[in-house]
Amino acid sequence: MLQLAWLIPLIPILGSIVCGLYGLKLGKDKVAKIACGGPILSFLLTLIVLLGFLLLPEGVHVWEQVLFNWIPVADFVVQWGYQIDPLSLVMMLVVSGVGSVIHVYAVGYMYEEYSFYRFFCYFNLFLGAMLILVMGNNFLLMFIGWEGVGCCSYFLIGYYYDKKSACDAGTKAFVVNRVGDFAFILGVLFIFNQFGSIDYTTVFSAAPTTLVYGSETATLICIFLFIGATGKSAQIPLYTWLPDAMEGPTPVSALIHAATMVTAGVYMVARCNVLFALSPLSMNIVAFVGGGTAVFAATIGMAQNDIKRVLAYSTVSQIGYMFLACGVGAYTAAIFHLITHAFFKACLFLGSGSVIHGMHHEQDMRKYGGLKDHFPITHITFLVSTLAIAGIFPLSGFFSKDEILFHALMDGNIILWGMGATGAFLTAFYMFRLVFMTFYGEAKYDLSFHPHEPSKIMTTPLVILAGLAFFGGLLGIPIIHGWHVLHDWLEPVFHVDSQTIIDYSTQHMIAAGHHVPTFEALTHEPSHNVPLEISLMGVSLLIAIGGITAAYFFYIKFPKLPDTVMGGQWGLELVKNKYEVDEHIDEYIVQPTVEGSFYLWKGDAKVVDGAVNGAAAVINWFSKLARPYQSGFVRNYALFMVVGFLAILIMVY
Amino acid sequence: MVELEYYLILSGILFSIGVLGVLVRRNAIVVFMCVEIMLNAVNISLIAFDRYNNQHDGQVFSFMVMCVAAAEVSVGLAIVISMYRNKPTINLDEFNLMKW
Amino acid sequence: MFLTFVTFLPLLGAFALAFIPKENEGTIKQAALGVALVDFVLSLGLWMGFDNSTHAMQFEFSTSWIGAWGVNYHVGIDGISLLLYVMTTFLTAFSILVSWNVKKHVKEYMMAMLALGTGMLGVFIALDLFLFYVFWEFQLVPMYIIIGVWGGPRRIYAAVKFFLYTAVGSLLMLVAIIWIYFVVEDATGVFTTDLIFITKHLDVDLGTQKWLWMAFFLAFAIKVPMFPFHTWLPDAHVEAPTAGSVILAGVLLKMGTYGFLRFNLPLFPHASYEFIPFIATLSVIGIVYGALVAMVQEDLKKLVAYSSVSHLGFVMLGIFALNEYGLQGALLQNLNHGISTGALFFLVGVIYDRRHTRLIKEFGGVTNYMPKFAICFMIVTLSSIGLPGMNGFIGEFLILLGMFQVNKMYAAGAALGVILAACYMLWMFQRVMFMQSNNPENEKLTDLDLREKILIAPMIVLIFWIGLYPKPFLKTFDASVSHLVTIVSPDNFRPGKIGGSHASTKIDKALKKIEKQTHKKSH
Repeated sequence: MLQLAWLIPLIPILGSIVCGLYGLKLGKDKVAKIACGGPILSFLLTLIVLLGFLLLPEGVHVWEQVLFNWIPVADFVVQWGYQIDPLSLVMMLVVSGVGSVIHVYAVGYMYEEYSFYRFFCYFNLFLGAMLILVMGNNFLLMFIGWEGVGCCSYFLIGYYYDKKSACDAGTKAFVVNRVGDFAFILGVLFIFNQFGSIDYTTVFSAAPTTLVYGSETATLICIFLFIGATGKSAQIPLYTWLPDAMEGPTPVSALIHAATMVTAGVYMVARCNVLFALSPLSMNIVAFVGGGTAVFAATIGMAQNDIKRVLAYSTVSQIGYMFLACGVGAYTAAIFHLITHAFFKACLFLGSGSVIHGMHHEQDMRKYGGLKDHFPITHITFLVSTLAIAGIFPLSGFFSKDEILFHALMDGNIILWGMGATGAFLTAFYMFRLVFMTFYGEAKYDLSFHPHEPSKIMTTPLVILAGLAFFGGLLGIPIIHGWHVLHDWLEPVFHVDSQTIIDYSTQHMIAAGHHVPTFEALTHEPSHNVPLEISLMGVSLLIAIGGITAAYFFYIKFPKLPDTVMGGQWGLELVKNKYEVDEHIDEYIVQPTVEGSFYLWKGDAKVVDGAVNGAAAVINWFSKLARPYQSGFVRNYALFMVVGFLAILIMVY
Repeated sequence: MVELEYYLILSGILFSIGVLGVLVRRNAIVVFMCVEIMLNAVNISLIAFDRYNNQHDGQVFSFMVMCVAAAEVSVGLAIVISMYRNKPTINLDEFNLMKW
Repeated sequence: MFLTFVTFLPLLGAFALAFIPKENEGTIKQAALGVALVDFVLSLGLWMGFDNSTHAMQFEFSTSWIGAWGVNYHVGIDGISLLLYVMTTFLTAFSILVSWNVKKHVKEYMMAMLALGTGMLGVFIALDLFLFYVFWEFQLVPMYIIIGVWGGPRRIYAAVKFFLYTAVGSLLMLVAIIWIYFVVEDATGVFTTDLIFITKHLDVDLGTQKWLWMAFFLAFAIKVPMFPFHTWLPDAHVEAPTAGSVILAGVLLKMGTYGFLRFNLPLFPHASYEFIPFIATLSVIGIVYGALVAMVQEDLKKLVAYSSVSHLGFVMLGIFALNEYGLQGALLQNLNHGISTGALFFLVGVIYDRRHTRLIKEFGGVTNYMPKFAICFMIVTLSSIGLPGMNGFIGEFLILLGMFQVNKMYAAGAALGVILAACYMLWMFQRVMFMQSNNPENEKLTDLDLREKILIAPMIVLIFWIGLYPKPFLKTFDASVSHLVTIVSPDNFRPGKIGGSHASTKIDKALKKIEKQTHKKSH
């Protein structure tokens, strides 16, 4: 059954090719069937593979399928191979599962588009690339998926290619991602340089006995990989592309810019957990960047009025949580949050999509209000997901976020926990601000609109996702031993052989005469302080409720309050303008580069080419000096001959 | 027997006359004839040396020179005629097309 | 003899064309295309019959040419030149079909194209310095004519610049060749210009090596072109007809990189090693500089031309990594650049044929009117950017991998080019293909016709083929490259010093050290 794995990414890619080449001839209905059939088939295959994996003998946690040698150069051999292990299976299930649901939704959402087939061509291709990303058994294959999804994201953001803003956003996304990819590539080069291989199994098994704990190389590798992750997962400082990416159709935002692609960075860091374990410094960087992003993006999210942009900043913020979890070594929590986030954020985006769809593509929340009666299903599902993201018991977000906060405090420190808690408060606040502004209060939309619930094909996915968002938390019930299914499932992947690392590194450090550290991060036993855990849960629940209450007061009870309290404050302006980061990047990086290049070009013509033409000009100048002697009179030439002859005669005698 | 020097002096005088002619005359045909004088001056010295050294290389060479001179005359006169057709003059100072 | 036949077939074809009356333009075009295609198929036969497992010259043929000087007609092909050779025949056929609509002097044009084909092929097979020099200069003439007669408004300037710049560069190479000729005669008593013989017997001290190296360097660096010798390229590309640009980018530039591989490296290994920092610096400057300048171009062809400077910087960097990854990457990138940039020039030519302008600002929203063109253009653009799964990536990655072993900073600098490539290509693509058209002329654009589809299809197939399954190509290079690596290995002239040492050896050493020390302590 495991042998079917290679088909999983291939099917959507084939679907994409068929849609792209024959889409116009086939007609929309057939395209819809092909486009949705592929992902669903992939999902079913993933289930079969999962079954096969479960049937593997005890103690086998990795199964690899090598299709062919992709790049064989001397001792650098890259296979095209897929690796099936607990982590990749989780990712495959999320990607193909949520992907299928969103594909179905997209059929309804995009049905009126002329380029329906083009959309699904990209969409299926994306899914294929994403599956390659999570299934690849080496860094370079991951990079194929990595850039492949980036490229599809570029196509899909720029789907409305006649809009300048959409094109700009697409190009921006690609270029910013490239900055991350640049670091990723350097990371991979470093890895090859150290390990002589880029296969996961080789690298990760060799890592504890190749890299010294806390050494410069280990840190450099991790930091380069992490910069790559910040690009794809929209973390500080490379997050600016994600809000702009909302120019794409809403299903794209749901699938690519919320549920799957942007979490690829988290997957990558989790995948490389062995390497990160060797570099406490980079772990700290990951944790603080994640925590910082969680708070930073949340503050921006508070003051946005475009419904999709609020969700975009929320995504940035939630991924920050995942990195925070990775940074403190709580990879299970990170993956857990990745899964629940995929459920509720996809549901939120799709819900906003049906609102936008029903509101004639109006995205400004200030022009909504009181929509709950017009969108009953959307409203309920949206509310469930919002409660989930806010972290209300017993919805999925509660469990995953709480686990992260718990580990931030226990394995990290109080500052990280503070960041997480602040972020949680802000999340509850801005999400309910969104809900209140959209579904409650008085209607502020143009009354000539007739807001309407979309057709079943769009509401069914909402219901499915809302159900997952509700019950997803059951995957990881804390406290009770053995009930945290996800933890037990992922244990083989995230198990770090601390003793080997310590032995090897101690040996090396003594040999090099360095001071031997205490290996605190490695020897640190995960604590199971049950009372503390329960009280922390209470605290975070209170925080969430506090955020919701604040939103209630600001946007339902006293709708004038925000303007009177905050209106005109510089802080609010700053947040509204997203801290003017884009403007500064444009002013200090983009513009100088373009202008500098312009001068370079002019310099190229004047200086570099000038030197070439100058050399020619010098010769020309000499020729001009000689030119008068070429008078054209035959007798002049004869005179020269005679004079020359006489001169020779005189010289000889 | 006349001494070699006399021939050489004659040859030198003839040659100088030729050179001066080439340099100062404007009429293309006259210049041309001066060139012929120079060639024949050389012929005289070739023959003189031939006789003086009792070898026959000089005679061979002078035949060679005569052939070249004949060829030159035919081509040269053709050029002069075509010059005359282009510009109804054979004054060399009128022809400076070779100027840069 | 087969190799000679394949090489000279285009020239024979050119002579044969002379006997077709120039009014029969259709016949002339078909005949020229036929000859080029037959030649391409024959060259594929060479590839089929090629033995991957040896670095030795194959299809070798040698006979005395100018006996008095010891000049031989010696040709042969190995893994380094084979695929360049095949690509040349392919691009010759390609560009003849590209220029199907040439209006002026069709007969002369086709003759020049075919003659150019022979000139270029000869460069890749010559195994005699004198013969190489002859071919090297010979191919300049048809190209000069193609640019000068069928080019754009400033064609004379561009053609003369192209000719003089390259010819001046090669003069010093000629001097160096003569020098080598006498040095080898001193050492062995044999007057010969045979490359194989010279490679074996040339033994000069480092100082002389450096001078000779520089002489060859100048000739090849201008051809590549490396920064700062690149300025003839944008002019020549902009003025050349589409087919001329395709050939120029696809083959002529490769002759420069080929020259480094065939002469500089094996003849002067020590000097090559010493010059790594020099070349790497110039290459990195070229990569970044070319990309930055490409970003602000207003003319599509100039943009692609400057992007070539950037891409060729990668190739040079790969060559001077002097290890297998870098060299194989460079060789593959040679092909990739020929395919991607050739296709880009062709596609630019397609819209130039329709609009008679190449200014970016004249376009916009072209996708609406030319959807098929848009797809092809997108694929080629992404391949030029080096998207994984397409050809450009494999080459670039191998080059970076190779250079990383030698010096991390150069590799990092070069990798910057990857970011910049995305900037300039996508920005260009957006302005040309996306957004609203601001010019009603664009609305009249018609999509690709059958001929254009036939032309672009093999390019796209190759882009994905090399990207997804490069093994057949890499295997072809393999034996020759590893042989070359042993020649240029620093071990040969610097005993004890290991260049570009692999991490594992370092670790092994470190481990041994530790074992010793712990051993001591336990006592």
